[in-house]
Amino acid sequence: MPDTQVLVNDFLNKLKKRKIEGSQATARQTAELLRSVISQQRVPYTNQAGALIDAVKAVGEQLIAANPVELAVGNIVRRVLHIIREEDLSLTTAAIGGLNLSAVSDDENDDDRDGDSTLSAAAVAAAARSTLRPPSLQTLLEDTPVSAAVPQTSSSGGDSEGKTADKSSRSRKLKHDVIEAVNELIQDIVTCHEQIAEQAVEHIHQNEVILTLGSSRTVLEFLFAAKEKKRSFRVFVAEGAPRYQGHLLAKELVARGLQTTLITDSAVFAMISRVNMVIVGAHAVMANGGVIAPVGMNLVALAAQKHAVPFVVLAGSHKLCPLYPHNPEVLLNELRSPSELLDFGEFSDCMDFGSGSGSPLLHVVNPAFDYVPPKLVSLFITDTGGHNPSYMYRLIADYYSADDLVVQRRATAGN
Amino acid sequence: MGAQKKRAAAAAAAARVSEDPDDLARQPLQAILLADSFTTKFRPITLERPKVLLPLVNVPMINYTLAWLEAAGVAEVFVFCCAHSKQVIDYLENSEWFSQPNFTVKTIESHNIISAGDALRLIYEQNVIHGDFVLISGDTVSNMSLTQALQEHKERKKKDNNAVMTMIIKKSKPSPITRQSRLGTDELFMAIDPNTKQLLYYEDKADHSKGTICLDKMLLAENPSISLHNDKQDCYIDICSPEVLSLFTDNFDYQHLRRHFVKGLLLDDIMGYKIFTHEIHSSYAARIDNYRSYDIVSKDIIQRWTYPYVPDVKFCGNRATKLERRGMYRALEIEQSRSAQVGSFTVIGYGTKIGSNSKISDSVIGEGCTIGSNVLIEGSYIWDNVIIEDGCELRHVIVCDGVIMKAGAVLKPGVVLSFKVVIGERFVVPAYSKVSLLQQPTVHDSDEELEYADNSSGTVEFSCTADQSNGEMTSESSEAHKPKLGTGGVGYIWSICEGGQEEEWRHSVAPIPEDKLTELSEAMDDDQELVTQDRTALSTSGELISDSNASEGDDNEDSKDDSVYFEKEVEATFLRAVEENVKVDHVILEVNSLRLSYNMTSADCAGAVFYSMMKLAIKTPHSSAIGLLTLYPSPFSMVASNAYPIYLSGELQQNTANIITTWQKLLKSYLLEIDEEIEIILKFEEMCLESAKEFSPLFARILHILYDKDILQEDAILRWADEKEGADESDKVFVRQSEKFIQWLREASEEED
Repeated sequence: MPDTQVLVNDFLNKLKKRKIEGSQATARQTAELLRSVISQQRVPYTNQAGALIDAVKAVGEQLIAANPVELAVGNIVRRVLHIIREEDLSLTTAAIGGLNLSAVSDDENDDDRDGDSTLSAAAVAAAARSTLRPPSLQTLLEDTPVSAAVPQTSSSGGDSEGKTADKSSRSRKLKHDVIEAVNELIQDIVTCHEQIAEQAVEHIHQNEVILTLGSSRTVLEFLFAAKEKKRSFRVFVAEGAPRYQGHLLAKELVARGLQTTLITDSAVFAMISRVNMVIVGAHAVMANGGVIAPVGMNLVALAAQKHAVPFVVLAGSHKLCPLYPHNPEVLLNELRSPSELLDFGEFSDCMDFGSGSGSPLLHVVNPAFDYVPPKLVSLFITDTGGHNPSYMYRLIADYYSADDLVVQRRATAGN
Repeated sequence: MGAQKKRAAAAAAAARVSEDPDDLARQPLQAILLADSFTTKFRPITLERPKVLLPLVNVPMINYTLAWLEAAGVAEVFVFCCAHSKQVIDYLENSEWFSQPNFTVKTIESHNIISAGDALRLIYEQNVIHGDFVLISGDTVSNMSLTQALQEHKERKKKDNNAVMTMIIKKSKPSPITRQSRLGTDELFMAIDPNTKQLLYYEDKADHSKGTICLDKMLLAENPSISLHNDKQDCYIDICSPEVLSLFTDNFDYQHLRRHFVKGLLLDDIMGYKIFTHEIHSSYAARIDNYRSYDIVSKDIIQRWTYPYVPDVKFCGNRATKLERRGMYRALEIEQSRSAQVGSFTVIGYGTKIGSNSKISDSVIGEGCTIGSNVLIEGSYIWDNVIIEDGCELRHVIVCDGVIMKAGAVLKPGVVLSFKVVIGERFVVPAYSKVSLLQQPTVHDSDEELEYADNSSGTVEFSCTADQSNGEMTSESSEAHKPKLGTGGVGYIWSICEGGQEEEWRHSVAPIPEDKLTELSEAMDDDQELVTQDRTALSTSGELISDSNASEGDDNEDSKDDSVYFEKEVEATFLRAVEENVKVDHVILEVNSLRLSYNMTSADCAGAVFYSMMKLAIKTPHSSAIGLLTLYPSPFSMVASNAYPIYLSGELQQNTANIITTWQKLLKSYLLEIDEEIEIILKFEEMCLESAKEFSPLFARILHILYDKDILQEDAILRWADEKEGADESDKVFVRQSEKFIQWLREASEEED
């Protein structure tokens, strides 16, 4: 445990001091950290899933509080919690299927009551489903593979050993499975660019003009994938003041042989009539289909809507946030240093508190993010394909369990 | 096993080979943090709590410095504690700083240290610094990245072993008003080599009344180009090589980092140590030196210039705070009445209660405060657990922990209430007063307070003199201090002496009063006028400095420089001679050698000597003799038309006469030809017009004195008058003035004929 504590503190520090930038990096590091937390966590004989969930929650709560604006942290914590529940459920169903003797409900709400319960397997499965899984389209479709895991478990777990032996093997199994699943999650996060980029040709057509704002690695890979497939198109890059990430993107695009035009953010409206499609990255996608994106994005979205240009948002699944935005312009925003806008030395006489009424006439506000409401977004492209903004909540229901939402909400509200 | 060993050895060897380029970078960076400023500017608060633990936007100052050091990649910090060292160490031990990975904080404690110099000497003795280190004081707020500065420092060090220090500087607007109102400090002048960034000159106490700064001419001789800056701000962050510590040990009289160490190194050309500068542009760095900079830096933090060290980012275990619209920072569990108005750029701490109809703007409120109804708080800093009852008014004040303000009390701008003071009902605390539970220390106390007397700030002196001169007053106040703070009030109002009052407004949290601002700006305008008038613009501030490359360039300027410097040198020599009673012959020798080294003519010498004599005459304190006017009765009546105080000019005249009498031999030795005499008259005329206007009403009379003493011959005067005949009207002022005298001379010569 001490080892992970050091890791956790280190990561917390980085989050607090805003040393990690970009939701992908944050998501990957969070997942890796949680993986080591899980692997270090000692699992008791009873209620292993509960112990793991508690451990992950404890760490996750700190992580979320460290930088509440970086939603990817919370997303990954919830994803991992969901994974634990899923794995536990599949093991439980497998155990029931294999033993058919006593049912074990590792439900979080009611504690472990193995032995005394005489519920039938079907009832347990139903109960488990109702508490752990909201009836989503995907889970309904995936139901068959879960029960298909039965023979596998019975072969590895041993059939009718003593209860404790079975338990310990099960706990090892659970941890192992969870770690496997988290590894898969990390893999997903790492490869989300490629998965999104694969769909590029379906969206970018010959001789189109694409507009983007700022810099996003997903967008870069997406455009490049279309280029690879011999599509010829042009890209307009809005520079993305005040950080001017667009300049970097333009450089990269040119290095990869794409015809690129760099424009200022304020020129977006003038250029939009020549654009066939707007493709942008996002900081986070909220449950209502709204997007938290680099500042200036709302302007682009409005321009696109005005000229009926499709506004496409690329987002890896780690950016899907199960929360609904409330006052996102303020609460989900980060006000950065005014020095990105202007030089302190040059304006130091405007920052004069020592004369007059004591408060300067010049205020400099530098928000990092914009909120784009769902009605302005035409399409989301995630690693699982393209979705409508109105479908986001379904997608989210697949990735997150409703229990974790409540817990996190209490955690965020409680601090 | 053997193979393994071999491999290890090979690796070690490889490491040793690559040591030179890489090792420097890999060596963990150390830092010395002085948790004591060795000044008394924050009294009376610092009598009870060390400055570094004072809350700055609800976070103790030292946390900003430590957080920055940690973020900047410093691996090990030595916190040097002196005054209230126990409190600092206790605080650090309970904070999270001791448990950080890759960041160790160690404390060094000493009680008999009175200056930064002593502290560094002690650290040197402990032998804990092994490589380059960052020297910073615990009241510095910054978010700059050290990487580049460090890189530059190391590269320079590799090339030149004498480059021992890199000073971080920052641009700010070059106006004395801004400097005064932003940081409460005087203007800072720096001469920097624009190519190498070497610091050549550092003056933070320039003489404002004269508007001049003096540069060593060697600077100009040795460096192809120099830029003079008054638009730079010293951030008080230094990257030092280990030699710096040994330098402090070698020069045991170095006390102050800037005043002694930096200036000492710059003047000392024997060792040849060099200081370089690194300018930061977009990032922030400032040091809290006095109450004014406390106010300014707090507001900069609230305006987020110091991002990520802002209240809503938990950079050091501070409470979760949310930033709302218009720069309002609110912690949790605040009870605020619906009718209370909390304005923009306000920070409200955890668990504070605000009553109805209270108005708060531009202020920082600490944790657990209770604010009644109808309270007005404007631009103030209220620390933790303060109770403010109904109807109080606070404008631009600092209120420390545990203060109680009874209903209706009023704090005027600039007031500082130290810990646990109680202000009685409806009591009005006068502006700029400082109230503490402790009595104002007397002269003897201030020595044991381990605070090093800041020579030029005058803070200590004035508090001492205050005690001496207001001895009765202090005793009076101690007897009757309770009524002084209203009914039920507890605490002493520290007395401010008359001289102090003048300084108070400079360093308080209150905005500078209107009249002081206009005074300041007038002073600045005067400077500028002076520059536009003065052809020898180099000797005045402003022009030269704002045009940073003024001293670079053509020969024309160089020769002008030379003559100015020559004049300065002669003046200095002359003044020394007067002070030390050097024999005239020796002075002549010295001036001659100067003349040779600057390649000047004897006319220049005569002009310069005369110039210095007249300067001396102005500077010599005017004796109180009044009726001196009659002492040198002129045969020609007064022509001076302006209403100059007559007795003053009389004195001046007498001084001049005395000086001329004493030093006539010196002057005469350069007056070989009539040209030189004319040069003197022209010089005198120039002085009267520009640098020494005091002489203008006396022009004719002093001319007469010079004639009397046989310094000027009548030929010279007449030729001067003839030359001026054809000049403009404006040039003829002095010819007019001495018309009678000239006429008299003409008549006399005709008679002789």
